[in-house]
Amino acid sequence: MSAHVSTAAPAASRWLDRVVARLGRKFVIGVPMAFLLAVFALPFLVVFKISVSETEGVRFLDLLTWVDGMLQLKLRFSNYLYILFEDALYLEAYLSSIKYAALTTVICLFIGYPFAYFMARSRPEARPALLMLVMLPFWTSFLLRVYAWKMLLADNGVFNNIALALGLLDEPLKIMHTPFSLTLGMVYTYLPFMVLPLYANLVKMDIRLLEAALDLGATPWQAFWRITVPLSKGGIVAGALLVFIPCVGEFVIPELLGGPQTLMIGRVLWDEFFANNDWPMAASVAVVMVLLIIVPLALFNKYQAEQSAGGRA
Amino acid sequence: MRNRAGEITSRVWLIWGFVFLYLPIVTLIVLSFNASPLVTTWAGFSFKWYGELVRDVVIIEGFLLSLKIALMTATASVVLGTFAAVALTKFPRFTGRTFFSGMVNSPLVMPEVIIGLSLLLTLVSLQRLTEDLFGVGWPDRGTFTIWIGHTLLGMAYATVVISSRLREMNPQLEEAALDLGAKPWQVFFLVTLPLISQALGSAWLLSFTLSLDDVVLSAFLSGPGSTTLPIAIFSRARLGLNPTVNAVATLTVLVVSIGVVAASLWLARIERKRAREMAAAAKN
Repeated sequence: MSAHVSTAAPAASRWLDRVVARLGRKFVIGVPMAFLLAVFALPFLVVFKISVSETEGVRFLDLLTWVDGMLQLKLRFSNYLYILFEDALYLEAYLSSIKYAALTTVICLFIGYPFAYFMARSRPEARPALLMLVMLPFWTSFLLRVYAWKMLLADNGVFNNIALALGLLDEPLKIMHTPFSLTLGMVYTYLPFMVLPLYANLVKMDIRLLEAALDLGATPWQAFWRITVPLSKGGIVAGALLVFIPCVGEFVIPELLGGPQTLMIGRVLWDEFFANNDWPMAASVAVVMVLLIIVPLALFNKYQAEQSAGGRA
Repeated sequence: MRNRAGEITSRVWLIWGFVFLYLPIVTLIVLSFNASPLVTTWAGFSFKWYGELVRDVVIIEGFLLSLKIALMTATASVVLGTFAAVALTKFPRFTGRTFFSGMVNSPLVMPEVIIGLSLLLTLVSLQRLTEDLFGVGWPDRGTFTIWIGHTLLGMAYATVVISSRLREMNPQLEEAALDLGAKPWQVFFLVTLPLISQALGSAWLLSFTLSLDDVVLSAFLSGPGSTTLPIAIFSRARLGLNPTVNAVATLTVLVVSIGVVAASLWLARIERKRAREMAAAAKN
């Protein structure tokens, strides 16, 4: 009898442990999942709903209504028709956003790749300090750093003053509020996002592969293009997506450094919302923007998932 | 010969890269001490703008509000980020895993205007719904709604930092604790959490600074009377150049650099101490 009790008790406690472990697992997954569903996934549905809603004053009417015992679904696509066919401003803004985002990405890659490469090939003792130097501006206010470019580039700003004082210019050069100042600000802001994944990739590379290529008669240039660059493809893709996607919808930089010729969709959305108070239109602009970045976004998520799978193996 | 040329190119590229990254910051600091409000003329060294800053109610109140939101955001982000990181690294299979990881990672790159607008429209819909149902609309736009938005962003960054640490952690330490009879939750609190404390610290600091700096989400989610520091700075920067902004910038740069350097040194020391203790324990 006593023997029976002593085996039952551990069995019961093991059962309890299993239940606790399973509940713990549900809790660990469930809490962030619920948060993200509520504040990230649901809002996309709400935005879509509002973009096709009829409005009455400040209220949005329900999409589904009962009329004479029939369920009626009312969708209003006029905002989308307006964006796509009636006012060329929107399409122009989308195209120019993609153009500036692509330009920024290419320039960041051109500056950032050698930068990350030289960092990864520097003396191992120097690397943490270099990494810290790249991260530090990233920690200090992005808004203030963008604002600083305003002072540097303004008509009566630092650059123009120095150039005038040195006699390099006869009159101030118009740099501010041009496509140039906008691109410069975006490259400046997003450069660390390109450098960091590239550095993480390049620093892990097996140097022996390069040595083998050199031993087999490749020139350093050939070895770089045929070994280093293909092996760092993951870093290039990650860096490019980290720069390109947020740049498409960038608002602060075009607002502070861009000008009237540099139309960007982030600013259009902002104005629809804050200046025109047209919430359904702002929602439609956002939905179209999401459709534009959905492919790069999916690529980015795939890359992140592969990263975590690779790390686990 | 060739190697030497490579060395020089490397030096020059790195130096110019850092000049590019630091030039605006140095400019802000230098001009914050300029007695003249104009960028054009150097009228001598002065603390004038710092004096104005102390009397600037909008800036001071904005800073206090931003600080409060940043503290709340960093804490919530680390808690949620730890949960999400554990879910993604320890549980290779669960329903909706791909969707979950997509939702965690997307805010890293998703343009903030989209996140801000969609979250705001959702919160407004919720407010109208609660008003219809209970007669009291909740939530009002303000500190709470800004906190929610910042936490979404902070959590994404925290998850990246924490899960990369969890992945490089030696799984044998947790397995050993389990073998020795610790329950999973004990393993988590007594083994896993202390081992990832440095990552938790970095994640906290990162989401803290992200929140302290955010303009776009705050602008969408703030209500009347909840003007954060970046919103105040942004509205001045839009109008033109403003020397008090330089003073704010200098103080921010100073505090953040000292804070980040000190924190990373401190965290590195804890890590070394732990490594020593573990080595000693292994010897015994």
